[in-house]
Amino acid sequence: MTPDLWHALVGGLLIGAGAATLLLFNGKIAGISGILDNVVHALIGPQAWRLAFLLGLVAPAAILGLGQITIGASLPVLGLAGILVGWGTRTGSGCTSGHGVCGIANFSPRSGLATATFMISAILVVFLVRHVLTAWHS
Amino acid sequence: MAFLSALLAGVLFGAGLLLSRMCDPARVLAFLDVAGAWNPALAFTMAGAILVAGPAFYWVRTRGRNALGVATELPDRFKVTKRLLVGSAVFGVGWGLSGICPGPSLLLLTGGSLPSWIFATGILAGFFAAGRPAARKLTAKFAPSDG
Repeated sequence: MTPDLWHALVGGLLIGAGAATLLLFNGKIAGISGILDNVVHALIGPQAWRLAFLLGLVAPAAILGLGQITIGASLPVLGLAGILVGWGTRTGSGCTSGHGVCGIANFSPRSGLATATFMISAILVVFLVRHVLTAWHS
Repeated sequence: MAFLSALLAGVLFGAGLLLSRMCDPARVLAFLDVAGAWNPALAFTMAGAILVAGPAFYWVRTRGRNALGVATELPDRFKVTKRLLVGSAVFGVGWGLSGICPGPSLLLLTGGSLPSWIFATGILAGFFAAGRPAARKLTAKFAPSDG
């Protein structure tokens, strides 16, 4: 067989594997027209505003670029930090935007207290990492 | 209309994060590092945001309707639970370790770097954990919703 035909065959195997995976683990048919139609429906349904907001949120950075960014933490620390941020914001019902901006703008003592709480714990952690733990090492 | 206004809201919010450079973890950490070379920029960004959003929230809260006349109920302003405080404190630990909160984490993804994907994956894992039965039991123990 020519390389061209091998590519055709292997590509077909991958497509079949994709269809089988969706069937075996999701119980769903990998029909792209149907999936696309449903996604577009979700885009114009009553839940669409969330996706629209997120698209808009990343658009400026995606178009203009992020500029100079420094992520100082190591990969394991970032993974752990992400988990804590994910768990903490769901459990505490909000983050810097929901409590810190919207809640305080709404004169909500509840959000004010939440904001003070995460600010203080973040400041304490930064103090520990930058000024206590480094002192041990040196 | 709802799609377009939400898109516009997102663009404004995202442009604000970009312009204020609050998408840069180093800048956020410089604010949180009160004992180091403290940078007050984050407080200015928050103050500016609250200054503009404040009147809008006041208007909608007092009339109970949004600008289009649709009945709008805002979240409870007074209920303080242990859950709220524990969740916020844990969020602060993650924020302090990384300098990244959920909004900027999405902006960082546009750079496509490995650290940004690791962090975002962690957030999703945290969301997932917060909804798992085992984690809910832990949550109920340390942060009961009845306060």
